Amino acid sequence: MSLIAITEVRKRFGDNEVLKGINLDVEAGEVVAIIGKSGSGKSTLLRCINGLETIDGGSIMVAGAHLAPDDAHLRALRLKVGMIFQSFNLFPHLTAGRNVMLSPMVVKKVSAKEAEAEARARMEQVGLGHKFDAYPDELSGGQQQRVAIARALAMQPLALLCDEITSALDPELVNEVLQVVGKLAGEGMTLMMVTHEMRFAREVCDRVVFMHQGRVHEIGPPAEVFANPKTPELQQFLGML
Amino acid sequence: MIQFSTWDILRNLLFAAEWTILLSLVAFVGGGALGLIVLFARTGRSTLLRRVSILYIELIQGTPLLMQLFLSFFGLALMGFDVPPWFAAGLSLTLWTSAFLAEIWRGCVEAIPRGQWEASSSLAMTYFEQMRHVVLPQALRIAVPPTVGFSVQVVKGTALTSIIGFVELSKAATMITNATFQPFLVYGLAALVYFALCWPLSKSSQILERKLNVAHRNH
Ligand SMILES: Nc1ncnc2c1ncn2[C@@H]1O[C@H](COP(=O)(O)OP(=O)(O)OP(=O)(O)O)[C@@H](O)[C@H]1O
Ligand SMILES: [Mg+2]
Repeated sequence: MSLIAITEVRKRFGDNEVLKGINLDVEAGEVVAIIGKSGSGKSTLLRCINGLETIDGGSIMVAGAHLAPDDAHLRALRLKVGMIFQSFNLFPHLTAGRNVMLSPMVVKKVSAKEAEAEARARMEQVGLGHKFDAYPDELSGGQQQRVAIARALAMQPLALLCDEITSALDPELVNEVLQVVGKLAGEGMTLMMVTHEMRFAREVCDRVVFMHQGRVHEIGPPAEVFANPKTPELQQFLGML
Repeated sequence: MIQFSTWDILRNLLFAAEWTILLSLVAFVGGGALGLIVLFARTGRSTLLRRVSILYIELIQGTPLLMQLFLSFFGLALMGFDVPPWFAAGLSLTLWTSAFLAEIWRGCVEAIPRGQWEASSSLAMTYFEQMRHVVLPQALRIAVPPTVGFSVQVVKGTALTSIIGFVELSKAATMITNATFQPFLVYGLAALVYFALCWPLSKSSQILERKLNVAHRNH
């Protein structure tokens, strides 16, 4: 059974139907890239999977559990699925290490000592062991985003949702973040990532989802999707790049 | 008739000013605690609590403090609770302070970027955990100057309680005036005492604001 099962998901903001019946199954360990034009609903889809937006129709299941909008279900879901944002969203009043330790301590009631050991390991994993005591505003954008990844990993999620996590970075900082993500993919982490990094999508992802006007317009392994786009919309989108 | 020297007058005013200070402290501490509860209701997820807290804030902000004093003093008496002036004064000032502080603090909570809420949500924190560990520590920094600034309003607000017979600085000034027939001197001195209480507060609010703006980093 799929780790993430998205069935006929609909979402509207007022009169604007942003997701018009999305069907997508993601297997454990799979890395899925989501591409598409601005406004096609990529972010909204990820936000629905994490319960940051409620859905108006259809269903989302993660590891066999239904997504329901009550607090207990949301919490259970978010323990399984982490999310990384374009704008890092580190907590500025806490050091990098404390950022990583906070949620395990508060949510999972892990002791400070255990949480610190876990946080140090995660900071090592993203190559920032030496920045444990630095505050977010003392770090570069790329470093902040790696801390955000470490922070999500410390909750030991089954899957990570990444929404354009390199879009806010200076070009020379993009690679250090992509390397971390690539390593996670290699280690078997399930990833759904909205990205404009086509080379990365081609090299690292198992499947590419092309979204267009609130629907999954085309889907397939990167070799196929990039080499022979079937629909004119995808051809045009790839031509645009 | 007894003669009052200026020193006598000042001494009596200072003695009464202790009650002004005490009442201000009660209102500020009590109002702060209650204001925090109202803040949670106002910014929380329950629609009912949000509506109730908005109504509470609007009722208190939309009526004169004087009416609230009358209502708690005479209203409670009508309901059969014979309350002394100090109780009615403390109660209405506490309620009044809580509504204003809740509203000031709501502004500070809403100034925290949405990304902070989303990141902490995605880390499975509950609303209380988000407030406690992520939002309030950041909001506190911007809340300090306006909160200290508002304490000046609380001190000045205590003057109104003289009307229901609570003997604080203003009431004492009126009583001394009635005995000395020197209203200008007495009220002038009383005003100076108020100024001595309020000026350091508004000044420190300004200084704090400047400091917190310069120290952009809060660690
Ligand atoms: N909170 C919201 N309220 C109203 N409309 C929204 C909201 N969030 C998104 N939308 C609308 O939904 C549509 C899809 O937005 P979404 O952010 O999912 O697009 P996207 O594919 O991520 O685009 P981009 O590449 O620009 O990030 C857009 O038309 C947007 O205006
Ligand atoms: Mg987006």
